[in-house]
Amino acid sequence: MPVVEYAGSSIEVNDEGFLVDSSQWTPEVAEAIAQEVGIDELNDQHWKVITFCREDAAKQGTPPGLRRISKNSGVNMKELYQLFPKGPGKLAAMVSGLPKPQGCI
Amino acid sequence: MTTTTIEEAATTGQAMEADTKPEREPIERVSIICSKGTLDMAYPGLVMANGARMMGIEAMVFFTFWGLDIITEKKIDSLHVATVGNPSMPIPTMVGGLPGMEAMATKMMKKQMDDLEIPPVREFIEMLSDSGAELYACRMAMDMFKLEEGDLVPQVDEVLTVMDFYDKSAGSQIIFI
Repeated sequence: MPVVEYAGSSIEVNDEGFLVDSSQWTPEVAEAIAQEVGIDELNDQHWKVITFCREDAAKQGTPPGLRRISKNSGVNMKELYQLFPKGPGKLAAMVSGLPKPQGCI
Repeated sequence: MTTTTIEEAATTGQAMEADTKPEREPIERVSIICSKGTLDMAYPGLVMANGARMMGIEAMVFFTFWGLDIITEKKIDSLHVATVGNPSMPIPTMVGGLPGMEAMATKMMKKQMDDLEIPPVREFIEMLSDSGAELYACRMAMDMFKLEEGDLVPQVDEVLTVMDFYDKSAGSQIIFI
């Protein structure tokens, strides 16, 4: 599996760019992944999403789907698409250092 | 005629896989035609369109014929599962035709959807609209069913002719359901 340099540390990611070990994630890593996927700067709303995703995944054992994020994070569906225009379904989890969500919704 | 042993074929196959792993063009836009209005045929199109948007793929949905039920204000909340004429129904057609069977099958399906966190159709359409998916109704089917734009849910962007449909589908992969 590829190893990439994010925020000064070597981090293992899978072929699609998701972190292999979510404990290697730090806020700085999130910033670096965000840049990689075309988000220049993570704002407060991004952080709301990331914090929710990480907390929810820790509780549920699996990364949340988009509908779950929009219902529970305080960031609605429309805004999720503005925050992650290249596809919030994948990118919210990726920037949060979580695996690709398994749900279809 | 050349003959290839199974071993040879296997090796060539493996070599092909390793050497020429194809660089495929990612899908950029999908155009989904929903032509059926039963609950079991409504969801596939909606899920496919929403899935595309979640990946950052542009999506448009064109509702035609019975598919118009999915976006018709009076029908959207009462789509049902077809228990007759549905070859995948695990009950005999004669039983499926008995009073109450459709209602029961519909109730069961809605419950299963809910358990999987799949939203009801109306909420699904709102979600699609929020995601930036384009929703279109078919002009000809609208005329056939004597529907006006006011009969449709507000999330519908436009009523299109089939020629408009192809214009809007430029660069799309077209999926018919």
